[in-house]
Amino acid sequence: MDSVFIINQMFNGLSLASILLLAALGLALSFGLMRVINMAHGEMLMLGGVVAYLVQSSGVSEGLSLWLALPLAFLATALLGALLEVTIIRWLYGRPLDTLLATWGVSLVLQQLVVMWQPYGVSFVAPQWLKGAVSISSGALAGVTLPYVRIFVIVLSILVILALLVLLRYTNIGLYVRAVNQDREMASALGVNTRFVDITVFALGTGIAGLAGAALATISPITGVIGSSYIVNAFLVVILGGVGSIGGALLAALALGFFTSFFESFYSVSYAKVIILLLVVAFLQWRPKGFIVTQSRALEDTA
Amino acid sequence: MTFKSLLNKNTLSIVLALICFVLLFLAPLYLSAFKLSLLGRFLALGMLGIGISLIWGFTGILSLGQGVFYALGGYAIAMHLVLVQSGDKLPGFMARSFKPRILELPWWWAPFESPWFAIAMVIVLPMIAASLLATLVFWRRISGVYFALITQALVLAFTTLIVSQQSYTNGFNGLTNFSTIFSFDITTENGRRVLYLITVVVLLLVWLFAQWITRTHFGKVLVSIRDGENRTRFLGYNTTPYKVVIFTIAGIMSGIAGAFFTMHAGIISPRDVGVAPSIEMVVWVAIGGRESITGAVLGMVLGNLVADSVSSRFPESWPLMLGALFIVVGMVLPKGLVGLVESMRKSFENHRILDKQGKAIAELDAGEAYRMRQNELQSVKGLSGVNKGV
Repeated sequence: MDSVFIINQMFNGLSLASILLLAALGLALSFGLMRVINMAHGEMLMLGGVVAYLVQSSGVSEGLSLWLALPLAFLATALLGALLEVTIIRWLYGRPLDTLLATWGVSLVLQQLVVMWQPYGVSFVAPQWLKGAVSISSGALAGVTLPYVRIFVIVLSILVILALLVLLRYTNIGLYVRAVNQDREMASALGVNTRFVDITVFALGTGIAGLAGAALATISPITGVIGSSYIVNAFLVVILGGVGSIGGALLAALALGFFTSFFESFYSVSYAKVIILLLVVAFLQWRPKGFIVTQSRALEDTA
Repeated sequence: MTFKSLLNKNTLSIVLALICFVLLFLAPLYLSAFKLSLLGRFLALGMLGIGISLIWGFTGILSLGQGVFYALGGYAIAMHLVLVQSGDKLPGFMARSFKPRILELPWWWAPFESPWFAIAMVIVLPMIAASLLATLVFWRRISGVYFALITQALVLAFTTLIVSQQSYTNGFNGLTNFSTIFSFDITTENGRRVLYLITVVVLLLVWLFAQWITRTHFGKVLVSIRDGENRTRFLGYNTTPYKVVIFTIAGIMSGIAGAFFTMHAGIISPRDVGVAPSIEMVVWVAIGGRESITGAVLGMVLGNLVADSVSSRFPESWPLMLGALFIVVGMVLPKGLVGLVESMRKSFENHRILDKQGKAIAELDAGEAYRMRQNELQSVKGLSGVNKGV
């Protein structure tokens, strides 16, 4: 095993981890806050890609389309997320298992609508400056190829994480979110509008997934069912990371990304899935609440 | 819910269920062999539904991965059936296989030549898989949403594995082209009838077993785990073994269901056991009523019958309808149709009690009102007297 191979795989792992992280952040945030998992979250990823396609097919110039697609994908999916929260999710607080079923239904509907509209999926043409790759053709590292699109996804996810940290740590809404996360009733008693916090966080989470979808569209075509190929791993990221922890989600996404990338190159995709799952179950033997555990005196802390 | 009301509710549902079973036993008299086989398939799923009801409705564990145990049972019996069909030669798909090319029967296929071994495996494989998973996960007190998501990841990994091992499992196409078990042809009309009757008998046994186990002390502990696992722990019960045992029982039921489904359908493939079918099984149980064993069977059988005819007629819009169904069940019908009927019956009874009470209260009120008016008059008089005095 040479260093070129390792670097290429590390890079693939990193790019996979960034998409997983963007997909899982929203899940982790709203799970931490409301103890519900949105199974239609993968479809937000898909719809983000669809928005990117719509932006491009509306005749915007190639250079501009990505810069328009990213914010629009974020806004559109955030709005849809808020709508989903207000119409469905809010009625299901305290019933996490029923939420799984209801949101699975939402995901079925969204998938089928897109499949009926575009049976073969849609694709987004990455702008010229994203084509090509950093490739080293001589020296000890000859053969290392780092495509620009993947570098772009990695940078994007780093920016999102930084923005999120700033938001949570240095703004009022961030303070409210942290307060509700720690003790919903106490925060509510102190005048925090918890309903507003719930909707905002949910919308933020789906928006980030939409953003990830728009970025994903530059790498692969967007089909109606593309969400389902990322979502199960995103769930695993939430489980591994620990309830509602961004740092945990980051660690878990990196771990899953690297392991998947290496196992897939050593064995096959299917063996990689099995091994990853076994590793997750094994890891939970050691840390059943994930990487980062929020200390709490509550008895019934997990959903 | 008290123990007594549980019993009352159950006596009603048991009578209904027994009528259903009589109708099912008589079905060969009024259904064609084809319809019988279709019904048999869904009755097999009914066994799986009983398992889901036991773990979800009674114990509060949601598994989105029952397809795994179902597949283990289905593939175990299918391996035997395929070997019978191919006789001394390699099964067709193995003979045609490449990457890896298979020249002789793999060692783990060989024992399935014996029907007894295959039938034993229908029970043993899901038992091992379910108890292993349950022990590992429940031991660390991982439950609720986490458990549901882990089982979904499991079923995804499992089906991907089956699909990828084309040479050993015939991949996406699954195992098919078989007809004989114990030198008895199950594809003839008579064979189908016999197989159907055996299915009904096994379903009845599974149903009786579930009725029995939910009435034992063990069953009561399950319900108390559902309603408050920590409280149950505080009462001195180690809840983990209870959850492991019931999850294993449900896994075995799924395995048996898979075996019967395979024999009725003549095929078992990853399509029947993947992520989507596994969660659909759950929603049919939810529609019937997860807290009622009979409701679970009814939901599974009727739901699948409806799904079968509607989805073939409206293939495009079926997923939309199914999605809407998931949303409705999750949001407004968490206890299913049985729960709906139950709550209607309760509110009717409450009304009756209220009516009786209402009359009594009205009578009381009348007396009270008279007395109050008298008092008022008295005090007014008194007041006015005082006033006068001033």
